[in-house]
Amino acid sequence: MALLDIINLKTYFPSADGLVKAVDAVDLRIENGERLGLIGETGCGKTVLGMSIIRLLSSSTRIQGQIIYKGRDLLGLTEDEMRLLRGGEIAMILQNPTTSLNPVLKVGDQIAEVIRLHGGLDKKAAKAKAVEMLAATMIPNPLMRADQYPHELSGGMKERVMIAMGLAGQPSFVIADEPTRGLDARTKAEIVKLIRDMTAGRSMLMITHDLKAAGEACDRIAVMYAGELLEIASAELILSDPCHPYTQGFVHSLPSRGLQPIPGSSPSLIDPPSGCRFHPRCPRSMDICQREHPPMIRLHKGDFVRCFLCT
Amino acid sequence: MHLIEVLDLKKYYSTGFINRQYTKAIDGASFCIERGETLGLLGESGCGKTTLGRLLLRLIEPTSGKISFDGTDITRLSRKGMRSLRPRMQMIFQDPESSLDPRMRIRESIAEPFKLGLRGKMSRSEMDENIMGLIETVGLNPEHLNRYPYQLSGGQNQRVALARILAINPEFIVADEPTASLDVSVQAQILHLMMDLKREFGLTMLFISHDMEVVRHMSDRIAFMEKGRVVLEG
Repeated sequence: MALLDIINLKTYFPSADGLVKAVDAVDLRIENGERLGLIGETGCGKTVLGMSIIRLLSSSTRIQGQIIYKGRDLLGLTEDEMRLLRGGEIAMILQNPTTSLNPVLKVGDQIAEVIRLHGGLDKKAAKAKAVEMLAATMIPNPLMRADQYPHELSGGMKERVMIAMGLAGQPSFVIADEPTRGLDARTKAEIVKLIRDMTAGRSMLMITHDLKAAGEACDRIAVMYAGELLEIASAELILSDPCHPYTQGFVHSLPSRGLQPIPGSSPSLIDPPSGCRFHPRCPRSMDICQREHPPMIRLHKGDFVRCFLCT
Repeated sequence: MHLIEVLDLKKYYSTGFINRQYTKAIDGASFCIERGETLGLLGESGCGKTTLGRLLLRLIEPTSGKISFDGTDITRLSRKGMRSLRPRMQMIFQDPESSLDPRMRIRESIAEPFKLGLRGKMSRSEMDENIMGLIETVGLNPEHLNRYPYQLSGGQNQRVALARILAINPEFIVADEPTASLDVSVQAQILHLMMDLKREFGLTMLFISHDMEVVRHMSDRIAFMEKGRVVLEG
């Protein structure tokens, strides 16, 4: 049985210009112990998808569909039931540690808070466990670092604190949102390795626009564009031989793969293009692409793709 | 011909009064950049590469050393002398949202160098013509001109920053991680644009980045920085 089964999820935001369809009919399944990368450009709705699962969205958000987690629909839970799951069963490593960490609390205390809430330990034991968690993230001198404030740590160290905090409640499912953003090449490689090691045996959704990081940390990759999923396949396949022209363009825009840009820019989520949402930017667009919205087609071994060319 | 020549450049920051401690941000850097060349400056965060970029434009004062720009030692220039040299050297910053004035429409931002008379006297219609030309060069639409930076995406704002720099018509540009805050696909667009502009306008560039692959694409030569020193050049 799948750990998480997202069925026809729609997350819409009302705005002055119209309804923003940030997540538009997404179906996604994450198996037990699977690590899935969610890839896409800024504003494609990937963070909103993550936030929909853990239900951290404002009350004006319109959310429809089902998010079945271990047999229960998360969208049907009360706020109190959801709070018990958050941080314990399902944890989130938020993006941008500089603004996500509390600037007036020592990082050790911030991690200990999670442990006290979800592990039922007393203050002293929780603090000791927090230092242990920090040590597990390979932070040098964890005992000293636990007693410091976020501004005393570098970007990479803050990311380690975020990871320690996310995993402190021993979650079975982790959502990591842009864990490598703003880090330099060497730190990035270390953080990716750390995430891979520390999430072994757990399930993870890693939201990122860093295809390389997703390829190293994840088993499968889902590609999101303008609120929809366009392709889901194994990480190796996405990086070596993707089927969807958007995924191909994305791979080729990597500096190590030729630095070839995709022309144009991401469409509006209020009024997305007709037919295939990628057709105005697609180098292989056909007549049918403008008229008809391509369905998500199942290929061999549970890979999916939304393109008329790949059938 | 060297456009930029840096000799034993140092920048120390001191903290404390009684127990004075020095941080050697730049500790004796020497290198040169040929006219029309892009020198890539590669290094990890905190190695001093941004400090070095700022020193070259004398946005901060060096502790010691020499920086010559087209044969003139700019570390000895007066404020006034420096001001007349500044239009020839410009910087493109990492975060376009914070380098553009949030209360200026895109048109005003790009028009500013013309209004300051950096390109000589210009009539209103000539200015409009120039702005339209620049907008096209950097791949924006005329509809963007009446917007504010917050209404544009990161990639579009970086194009505006480029248009504004081209309006000044400099010879030398320091690009300090110009794509660090952008998506890979947008990064590829902006980097291609920069390479095209460099060719078209014959620019000399110092391209600062921590991304080896990006630097390799952008540069004619690469210098590697570590702990305030340029340790490798080639």
